[in-house]
Parts: sequence; C-alpha cells; structure tokens
Amino acid sequence: MGLTLPEAPGATVSSMSPNWMTTRVDAVINWGRANSLWPMPFGTACCAIEFMASAAARFDLSRFGMERMSFSPRQADLLICAGRLPFKLAPVIRKIWDQMPQPKWAISMGACASTGGIFDTYAMVQGIDTIIPVDVYVPGCPPRPEGLIYGITMLQKKVRGETLFDWNLRDERPLGPEGLFLPAPRIDEISEPFGNSVHQTRSA
Amino acid sequence: MSPAPDVPALRAKFGTAVTRHAVIAGDDIVWIAADRAREALAWLKAEGYGYLVDITAVEYRDPELPLEVVWMLRDLGTARDLRVKVALDPKAPLAVDSVVDLWRGADWLEREVYDMFGVTFRGHPDLRRLLMWETYHEGHPLRKGFPLRGHFSRAEQTRQALAANPEAHYSMEELSIAEAYDDLPQEMRERLARGERGNV
Repeated sequence: MGLTLPEAPGATVSSMSPNWMTTRVDAVINWGRANSLWPMPFGTACCAIEFMASAAARFDLSRFGMERMSFSPRQADLLICAGRLPFKLAPVIRKIWDQMPQPKWAISMGACASTGGIFDTYAMVQGIDTIIPVDVYVPGCPPRPEGLIYGITMLQKKVRGETLFDWNLRDERPLGPEGLFLPAPRIDEISEPFGNSVHQTRSA
Repeated sequence: MSPAPDVPALRAKFGTAVTRHAVIAGDDIVWIAADRAREALAWLKAEGYGYLVDITAVEYRDPELPLEVVWMLRDLGTARDLRVKVALDPKAPLAVDSVVDLWRGADWLEREVYDMFGVTFRGHPDLRRLLMWETYHEGHPLRKGFPLRGHFSRAEQTRQALAANPEAHYSMEELSIAEAYDDLPQEMRERLARGERGNV
C-alpha cells in the first residue's frame, strides 16, 4: 500500500517516508476531538462572568483548542452550563442539548448548576444532571477560570479514553415516557436538601 | 409642574377613604380604601405624582394582618415620594383596579404582583404570569402559605417544567412562528383571539 504522488505518477512512497505514520483509529480521532472541543456557552449567572474571563486573553481557553465558541448548538461539542438553572429554563437547556449533534459532552460549572447550590427553592433545578447527562462537574461559587480550565482538561482526558467502537457511548438519551430524564424517585433522592437548607422544612 | 399635594390635601379630597397615614423613616405612607384606590391614584397623578416607581405587595407573617398592595409614586418636579397602600383580606379573593391606563409601565409590574401574590388587577389588558411560566399552577410563590420548595415533589416540578413549551411564553405579536399557539392555556388563546393585547 502506498500513495501516488501527483508530480511523479506511478511512483510509490517508500515506507521510510515522513509522510506516513501508523496509529490507532481511537487515538487519532480522540486526539482531534479532545483538542477542538467547541463549547456552547449556556451562561445564566455569575459563573458566566468567570467563563468569559476563561475565554478572554488572560486565561485564554484557546490554548486548549476551545477558541471557537459555538453559539449555535448545531456546531457545538461541549455544553457548558455556567450558572443556576431555573425550572423555566429547564426545557430550553434540554432543547439545546437535543439539538447538539453527537459526539457531545456537558460540563456543569459551579455549585448551582451541579446541585442547585444555595437556591434550594421552588424555582430552581437541583442540579442539571436531572435534565441532561453531565460529564464533568466543576465545583466553586463561582469557580475560578483555572478551575474551569482544569475541568475542561479533565474532560479532554475522558475524551482521549473513549473508544469509537463502544456503540452505546454516543447514544442519544432522550426524555423517558413520563417526560423525565431520570426516574422520578432518583430525582427526588438527589434533590434532597443538604447542608444548611435541611433546617427549612417543606411546610415552612 | 405644580407641586405634589400633601396628605391633608388627599384627605380633604377623599375624606374617610384615606383610612390611615403614617410617616415611617421619613416616608409618607397613606392607606386608601380598595374601592377608591384607582380614583385616588388618578388624582395624585394629575396633581403631580407623575412617575410610578413600582407596584408591589406585602404579606405579613401575622395572619391577622392584611395583605397590602403598594404603589410607590414620585413627583419628579419636586423629588417628593408618596407610598399608597391598599389593605386586602388575604383570606378573600384578592382584587384591585388596574392602573395600566394611567401608567403604561404598570403593565409588567401588575403582572408580576399577580404572578407572585395572586392579586387580580381588574381591567388589566393581559394579566398572565410574568416570572413563572404560563402553565405554572403550583400557586403564587411569595404568599406566606407557599412553602419555600414549592408544593410538588422535585420530580413533579421537573416533569412539569420539562413539559412546558418555552415558546408559549410569547404574545401573538412575538410569535412569528405561531406554532406554540396550541400550547397556550385555553383562556389565553381566547383572549389573544379577541385581540385584547395592545389595545390599551
């Protein structure tokens, strides 16, 4: 097997040519995916300010291949939910997630996106993982840009460990028959109050 | 612009409808009977209080105290403020007259008070929820009887939120894609079909 060079028809490239390399399909595809994650910024609160700082000159997300913010979900690989998610936005983030083509990943940035944070109220989703699958949770209130960049490099590590031949990995996970992403008891379980908010009963 | 009238002038005009007057932290507060509030606000506007700063409501923790709807007025000429309150029985249906025809800016303020407290503003052209979504029916969140985490379980809240159509929040004019029309509540569809919105 060899390449036909245009300037010398019929000549074959020797196996010692620097134009050749051998690698695994997974390695080369994951190398490409991990180093050109196009984020779809879903900024709802103060975390989005830190996210903007991450993308700007001082912290410069483009060092890791993320300079191209994808403001259309159709060209995005990575959904970054930066900030608390009210119930009113739940169908919106779900729709954006469904509009993103595979392969896609999600980062939940900050305490509120990950758990509801201090907003243990009637209006707030208690963690976006009750709505969409999440790959990396970045703690902090809000996380520093270094924290977000660390989360993204963790995600890159995860992407590099994936295999193209695991057919279930890139399955779409739509809402179930009852209109929920997770089973109802599971949502109630992970939305249980914790920390200071246990002092507030449901009837108070 | 004539200087805004003071409380004695209001008392002289409306008599016993001005049920109470207090000066708290230097602010003039007057309580007016619910049935004459609109009339008094219209008079105050004509007399100088031309700027409606805010409309809100207060419910006190003490269940014996009434729920109050509050209008904050300002006279821009003399920088004087007046706070007008109407006391309503929180156990009865809550309703006051709308002032949208006096101040166009009262539109969303009244919708917010309706959304959060359940106060109906009679004569409002488009009284639907502003902060919560159209089909939200857990209650009015700022009422004292409303639990902090809501009435429903988290799973039920998530299910209802995900079932909502985000495009169904817009009015007919905003819906260039009128596909979400069928997802609107029945009485809102009727109101929009009658073209009530925008005819203020």
